[in-house]
Amino acid sequence: MSVLDFLISPAEACARSGPNDKIVLSSRVRLARNLRTVPFPTHAKKADRVRAYETLVPAVRSLAMMGDDAFADSMEKLTALEKQVLVERHLISREHAAKGAGSGLVLNREESLSVMVNEEDHLRMQSLRPGMQLRQSWLALDAVDSALQEQVEFAFTPQYGYLTACPTNLGTGIRVSAMLHLPGLVLGEQINQIIQAVNKLGLAVRGLYGEGTEALGNIFQVSNQMTLGEAESDIVERLDKVLKQIIENEENARIGLLEKKPKVLFNHIGRAFGVLSNAHTISSKETMNLLSLLRLGVDLGMLPASRKGLVDELFLVSQPAHLQLAHPAKEKLGADERDLFRADQLRTRLAALEKPDHTKVVLPPAKA
Amino acid sequence: MTCQLCKQREATVHLTQIIENEMKKVDICDQCAKEKQLHDPTTFSLADLLLGLGSGKETEKAKDEGGEGDIKCPNCGFSQADFKKSARLGCSECYEVFAESLAGMLKGMHKGTQHRGKVPPKLRRGLETGAQLARLEKQLKEAIAAENFEAAAHLRDEIRAAKAAA
Repeated sequence: MSVLDFLISPAEACARSGPNDKIVLSSRVRLARNLRTVPFPTHAKKADRVRAYETLVPAVRSLAMMGDDAFADSMEKLTALEKQVLVERHLISREHAAKGAGSGLVLNREESLSVMVNEEDHLRMQSLRPGMQLRQSWLALDAVDSALQEQVEFAFTPQYGYLTACPTNLGTGIRVSAMLHLPGLVLGEQINQIIQAVNKLGLAVRGLYGEGTEALGNIFQVSNQMTLGEAESDIVERLDKVLKQIIENEENARIGLLEKKPKVLFNHIGRAFGVLSNAHTISSKETMNLLSLLRLGVDLGMLPASRKGLVDELFLVSQPAHLQLAHPAKEKLGADERDLFRADQLRTRLAALEKPDHTKVVLPPAKA
Repeated sequence: MTCQLCKQREATVHLTQIIENEMKKVDICDQCAKEKQLHDPTTFSLADLLLGLGSGKETEKAKDEGGEGDIKCPNCGFSQADFKKSARLGCSECYEVFAESLAGMLKGMHKGTQHRGKVPPKLRRGLETGAQLARLEKQLKEAIAAENFEAAAHLRDEIRAAKAAA
């Protein structure tokens, strides 16, 4: 079975909701683990990588929490397009998409647990949930890790904790992150202050697809940097606290914009709707930035709340691999063709959307 | 100011990099800069140099022992040069082999250098059983010394049960 048949449809995936998902799009925890007796994948010979693969894929697959209908396959079996779709769904890393023979993926039915085999480490396990659910994500992944350790032995020393190929992941091997939609802070020009403050706390702020990517669509990823010298739960709690603070700042920034510059805000959202529903060619970057404004329109009440799923879905299906998938042509689309097709898709899907109505905005009470 | 590398000549090359909001400075002489190929700022990261500074001792040690000037992990063959180039390690034993270089590097990288997180469940259970056994055996000795044989018999059963569970 192709992984594309396995995956939940974009509409279904985007219909999911979680706490605080106006601002927190998703919460993610990942753990890095390595087998004690096999060299790390970055340095391992092919035979060693195969040994790790053959030990780990069945072990992960047999776990009760992965369900009995999990997807499991070698990266070699996936086409470039399938891999890119998985990257756009945040189910594998861009690095893993470049892998072939000897690397693998195990994914549960709900797509809440994804395990990459032979990425930079033998195991990169992630737990992904909609909205603000860092603690739940950590607990779910902790259980997966513990169950797996009944079957295999990971490289661990009492001093350094779990050993990883890169010393930056040493100890807990944990990366806790949340994807945040912060249009209020960007439009209110407060985002740089927030990023600096967050950086000072030892947390990293990145773009949509992680390290070294641009913050398109006003989406930012906040994550811990340090993995050694602190317990997992402390790392999760700290990030949780910081996120609550950022949520409050974003809410206040939105209220501030509504109070001080309502016309500027309505103008942005109205124009975003105009361009998205009438363009005949549009780049990925422009699409994401305008969809971000449309999402803000939904949050503010200018568009029905039930439209959030549609906006999120458009965000996903206007990514290059998802466009290619929806296009009738088998040949790879060029950037220009993609821009044309993206605009077609947006026009069709947005034809049924109500016009943003600024008279429907309800001002939420400001928080102290 | 003297060069941080050779500690003899006057430092004329001053480098500053900001990594994760932390400013790192290095002052070195022209000759050392040339040796480390620091004249092209695009190919150079201070982290590599700092890594190099930490590894100096190990390299010297290896030379003294008549080695090739580059230590290698006996388990996987990963070398100090590989480590400097990739900033990654080859296998779990590399952490032992490159311990000296790592110690300084980890200090700047993490909150601490002692793991405080999750311990493998099997190891944790082992530690717990070990501690529990030690406590029970101590109590058993005390009970026997006090000629409290009823308590001793009870403790003996508990020890048996704990050993069976481990």
